[in-house]
Amino acid sequence: MDLFEYQGRDLFERHGLPVLGGGVAETPQEARAIAERLGGKVVVKAQVKVGGRGKAGGVKLADGPDEAQARAADILGMDIKGHTVHKVMLAETADIKEEYYFSYLLDRANRTFLCIASVAGGMEIEQVAEEQPDRVAKISIDASKGVDEAKAREIVAAAQFPAEVADQVTDIAVKLWQAFVAEDATLVEVNPLAKVGDGRVLALDAKVTLDENASFRHPDHEALVDKSAVDPIEQAAKAKNLNYVKLDGEVGIIGNGAGLVMSTLDVVAYAGEKHGNVKPANFLDIGGGASAQVMANGLEIVLGDPGVKSVFVNVFGGITACDAVANGIIQALQLLDERGETVTKPLVVRLDGNNAEAGRAILDGANNPLVTRVDTMDGAAEKAAELAAAGK
Amino acid sequence: MAIWLTKDSKVIVQGITGGEGSKHTRRMLAAGTNVVGGTNPRKAGTKVDFDGTELPVFATVAEAMKETGADVSVIFVPPAGTKAAVIEAIDAEIPLAVVITEGVPVQDSASFWAYNVAKGGKTRIIGPNCPGIASPGASNAGIIPADITPQGRIGLVSKSGTLTYQLMYELRDFGFSTAVGIGGDPIIGTTHIDALKAFQEDPDTDAIVMIGEIGGDAEERAAEFIKANVTKPVVGYIAGFTAPPGKTMGHAGAIISGSAGTADAKKAALEAAGVKVGKTPSETARLMREVMS
Repeated sequence: MDLFEYQGRDLFERHGLPVLGGGVAETPQEARAIAERLGGKVVVKAQVKVGGRGKAGGVKLADGPDEAQARAADILGMDIKGHTVHKVMLAETADIKEEYYFSYLLDRANRTFLCIASVAGGMEIEQVAEEQPDRVAKISIDASKGVDEAKAREIVAAAQFPAEVADQVTDIAVKLWQAFVAEDATLVEVNPLAKVGDGRVLALDAKVTLDENASFRHPDHEALVDKSAVDPIEQAAKAKNLNYVKLDGEVGIIGNGAGLVMSTLDVVAYAGEKHGNVKPANFLDIGGGASAQVMANGLEIVLGDPGVKSVFVNVFGGITACDAVANGIIQALQLLDERGETVTKPLVVRLDGNNAEAGRAILDGANNPLVTRVDTMDGAAEKAAELAAAGK
Repeated sequence: MAIWLTKDSKVIVQGITGGEGSKHTRRMLAAGTNVVGGTNPRKAGTKVDFDGTELPVFATVAEAMKETGADVSVIFVPPAGTKAAVIEAIDAEIPLAVVITEGVPVQDSASFWAYNVAKGGKTRIIGPNCPGIASPGASNAGIIPADITPQGRIGLVSKSGTLTYQLMYELRDFGFSTAVGIGGDPIIGTTHIDALKAFQEDPDTDAIVMIGEIGGDAEERAAEFIKANVTKPVVGYIAGFTAPPGKTMGHAGAIISGSAGTADAKKAALEAAGVKVGKTPSETARLMREVMS
């Protein structure tokens, strides 16, 4: 889960990192109140989870409460790369003398964590790495040892931080690592980490990604979820414990296993090229043991998307036997019927693997005019795309 | 023969008394796996009956190994306890630990991996968030269905469980030496490269199926490895060509970040290494058929 800047700032502050005073506002009036509290000049920053907001006009300076209110009114509601601005962060301004870059992140290739630090901050680190590779230090962190003062000094030396900020950056490096571990983050990025007029080093931006697998030990992280940005269908799916991602096409997808479902999206997209360019409408992995209840919930979610014109149920019976899956589908249709949500869109079902013959016989026996049985994944994708195109 | 798991492997189950642990212990036994016991510190000294096979429950992996000679552990412990379970297996120096558990925090995986490295890397860890390893006709450690395919001469390594089953099924007339599900998490104990190396060295494997998916650059690194080290034919498949960037597709590691981790880049890297890459699972199976006939 990616956090907004203001959430990252708050998290940094909680872990003792030096940040500027600030607050978050959803209305121009709230922005005014925060500017009054902060006093003096403030910066008004759009809160969006996408880069390049400065260039898009989402960051403005304001000389006091009146102007802060006006700038907030300009920025709230703006569209930045497809993201609507619902919140602005107001922060004290800083007299920036030097800008640095500092981050900890997951290093998948080396199965550990990495620190990236540079004295060339304030711009995209990828760009610095390309143009001035010798100014970007990458230091591997041993996950069992972490970052203590000695390690922090090693980082500071490797990145060639100036002597007059070395102690401060060392302290920040240790505290940032502690925050990274304590919050189960997979990324903490400070860009810029800045030296200001009075010599202090401050974190002027905060980019944080938290590991959702660790949410069981962070009940407080639930409050950080941006409910306004979550697609309502995705939200409904989550409430039913379904692994669903909303996409923009016409063919609803239900399958078992993340890899198989991803593969199903691809195969449907290829088939769609021949049938009105229809595309997959969603990712939905119902996992192993597809009971009637889970299948009914899945169908309900997928059909809740008005864009869906046909549904492709693609199941490979591994542990789950296909006859159980077939029964699940038939019962799910009855269940939805009883709930008054009668399915009217065509279903294409492909069952293969464990007990496939028995499963197919059950589907044939049920003789439901909405259900078409196709026995290969490619053929079934073709049929589902064709039906979706016809329903468009 | 096969890689890492053979008919001589003696398997224990950490979490044998739990719902998933006991269900899959029963299936492993039915598949002919030599399961010799399990662990649960609260039920140590008791026995669990699996359709007539009584298995002893031990307090620790070390004790189970001492009493039974076990050399493989399959871990079904829930996410909150997975790290401790893997560290216990590493401390006991068991040669193979297969971590089935889904939803393990990545800092825990990084932590037990670092611990294993510091201890000299005596334990091969497969997973977490994986279906396990199966050597058809010999042994089965994990949740891969045992009856999809008989023994044969194709090796398979995959991030995805169901795609593993799909390819095993499509190529069941050839059979498999070993299928390894390495899991879809960002940090995993056994990589595509580890499996490719083992299959290259295995006299009973003639060709290799490699299944990848969006996220990270493991497939690109595997492609480099294949180019330099693998002389056996490799057929590849990548899932997620149409996945949107920034969205996690089921597996924690399956996410395109910016322009990195796309299926197209992975396919291109594999093809540059001489790997034939199928556009769909069935095309991948066809390509392997051509190799094998």
